[in-house]
Amino acid sequence: MDFGFCLSPSSHVKMDSVDLTTFNRLKETNPDVNTCIACGSCTATCTAGNFTEMSFRRMLLMLQRGKEDEAKKMIQRCMLCGKCTLVCPRGINIRKILLDITR
Amino acid sequence: MNSQIFHPFVLPFVLGMAFVLTYCLVGLIRVISQLPKDDRKKFWRSLVTPKTAWANIRDLFGDCLFHVKIWKRNPVLGYMHTAIAFGWFMIIVIGHVMLFTLKPLQGVEVEGLQGMFTNFYYPIFFKYFAEETPVFAFLMDFFLLMIISGILIAVVKKIHSKIVGVKRVMHFGFADSLIRFALWTIFPFRLIAEKTNIMAFWWLYSIDLLIFMCMLPFTRYMHIPTEALFILLRHAGIKVTEPRKGYALAELYSCPSCGLCIDACPMSVNDKMSVNTSAYFMKKLRNKDTEESQRIAETCLMCGKCVKICPLSIESCDIKFSQRASIPYNINSDHSYLFCHSERSEESQTNNQKPRVLYFAGCMTQLTPKIMRAMKQIMEKAGEEYQFMDENGGICCGRPMMLSGKTAEAKAMVEKNTELIKKSGATKLVLSCPICYKVFKEEYHLEGIEIQHHTQYIDDLVKAGKLKLNKGDVNYVYHDPCELGRAFGVYDEPREVLENVGNLRKAKSEKEVSICCGGSLGSFTLTQQERDEITANSVNDLMFNNPDEIVTACPLCLKTFARKSPVRVKDIAEVVSEKI
Repeated sequence: MDFGFCLSPSSHVKMDSVDLTTFNRLKETNPDVNTCIACGSCTATCTAGNFTEMSFRRMLLMLQRGKEDEAKKMIQRCMLCGKCTLVCPRGINIRKILLDITR
Repeated sequence: MNSQIFHPFVLPFVLGMAFVLTYCLVGLIRVISQLPKDDRKKFWRSLVTPKTAWANIRDLFGDCLFHVKIWKRNPVLGYMHTAIAFGWFMIIVIGHVMLFTLKPLQGVEVEGLQGMFTNFYYPIFFKYFAEETPVFAFLMDFFLLMIISGILIAVVKKIHSKIVGVKRVMHFGFADSLIRFALWTIFPFRLIAEKTNIMAFWWLYSIDLLIFMCMLPFTRYMHIPTEALFILLRHAGIKVTEPRKGYALAELYSCPSCGLCIDACPMSVNDKMSVNTSAYFMKKLRNKDTEESQRIAETCLMCGKCVKICPLSIESCDIKFSQRASIPYNINSDHSYLFCHSERSEESQTNNQKPRVLYFAGCMTQLTPKIMRAMKQIMEKAGEEYQFMDENGGICCGRPMMLSGKTAEAKAMVEKNTELIKKSGATKLVLSCPICYKVFKEEYHLEGIEIQHHTQYIDDLVKAGKLKLNKGDVNYVYHDPCELGRAFGVYDEPREVLENVGNLRKAKSEKEVSICCGGSLGSFTLTQQERDEITANSVNDLMFNNPDEIVTACPLCLKTFARKSPVRVKDIAEVVSEKI
């Protein structure tokens, strides 16, 4: 029966059982991911984010929680314009990280 | 003079020459067969078209023998290359002329194959077998000494390159060092052999030639035969399709590793980064070092300076592009969403019917709103009917995606932007970002719409009398953005505008040789610290004549310089908007 509303499915993540290989590999090749302070500047300026849910900050969070497929789906929206990299206060090379995730 | 027609010391030379000729023939067939079908047709046609045929002849002499482009940059190096290349060429030519005019073989029984064989080595060892007339003897000695003078400069360059004005040189391995030593000794040996007629030197001369010829295909000296083919292909208008095939292969083997691009590269601020330069890239790719060549391809800023100063105009950036495309990133771009949100971006278009000018700020300008404000002010002051295409955020032009080697993935962006531009009905598209300018000019099909960067647009407005500028006494220096200057030669318009508002001072390196700001989107892997070093060097270069303000025409350069500059950095639109 459709009441016009529903309960959200649980977003509980069991950190003991998630597969973090992608994120760990990323940390090795791009150690600057560790310096992210999740300020959201990247998301605020994102050209693709203007049209979609694209958000680098969220994507990093997804990877930390092992949600690799969702993260990769998000990258498909990216235009590689590089605004995120320019505004990052920590100087993280976001464009390179985005590409490396897909490698 | 020895009245015999054969001596065993000619054999090493004959062997070496036969090997090189076979190798070059196989290589020639390989390169041409690897060309796409259309390109091959273009190539054959270019050989018989008078215009390209003339260009071929001009450049074969100008580039291969006289090294005109090196003369322009550094006369000492120019003389060194000309002395060796042209001198050697003349010695071979005169040797053959002597063979056919002096007819040294007359009276000796040689015919058929034996005759051909004799003709093959006779010009190279002429003096041993026959007598030269005084005029020819003088010419031969003259050109031989010319070559040796060139080699002396090369030795000096090797010992202390700064004397001949070269800061950084390439570092070579064993094979390259050995063949270079062989090349240096060929001519002194020949001179001694001719003057003293000692058998040992004729042997040394011939063996040196053998070493040189046998190692030629595996070292940088392969550029000597390949250059000629490369020049023909270049004039046929062929483009690189794959990093190690066809045209690209010819380019790879044409690179003489002269290292002129090393000093020119903006990355050469320290020894560590100078290995990212084109000369090293070409060498690594030629040696099939895929990992290293991919690394360099991704590091390159794509400023295009190496291509501009290359004595052969080798399109190393194009090869880097195709190398990038071969890196297996599975980004699987999906930009179909651009076509679902059409109403939003069309909002602003309903209130303004058919404007003359369409202004597209672009992503980078969105991050530097002062340029957008200045442009608005300028267009309003000039009374232009304009429409702002991406006031509320637009779509990327697609160039950054293409810079990563993914031209197909950028298609959706190109299509959507084309649709928006055509729908506006404007006849002129004004852009604030040279990155966008390049892609709109080269990849978009916008027939009937004039594409201008705002420097050109402002210059036009000033010249048409629509903008009245007040001249101040500020000293400006103008930085040429790579994608505006080197790519399209827009050098004069911004300078003319600046001369109307203040005094223009010169930078140390300008126009074609201006130094990239270091912020370029072309590089994917440079870290912020490395970029900062490049920027600091570029700023130093601009501050050469102590200007009061640095003016540029690219929002990305503006942002990058602002981090490191001791004086204020402004966009040209900002400067103009302050002076109206």
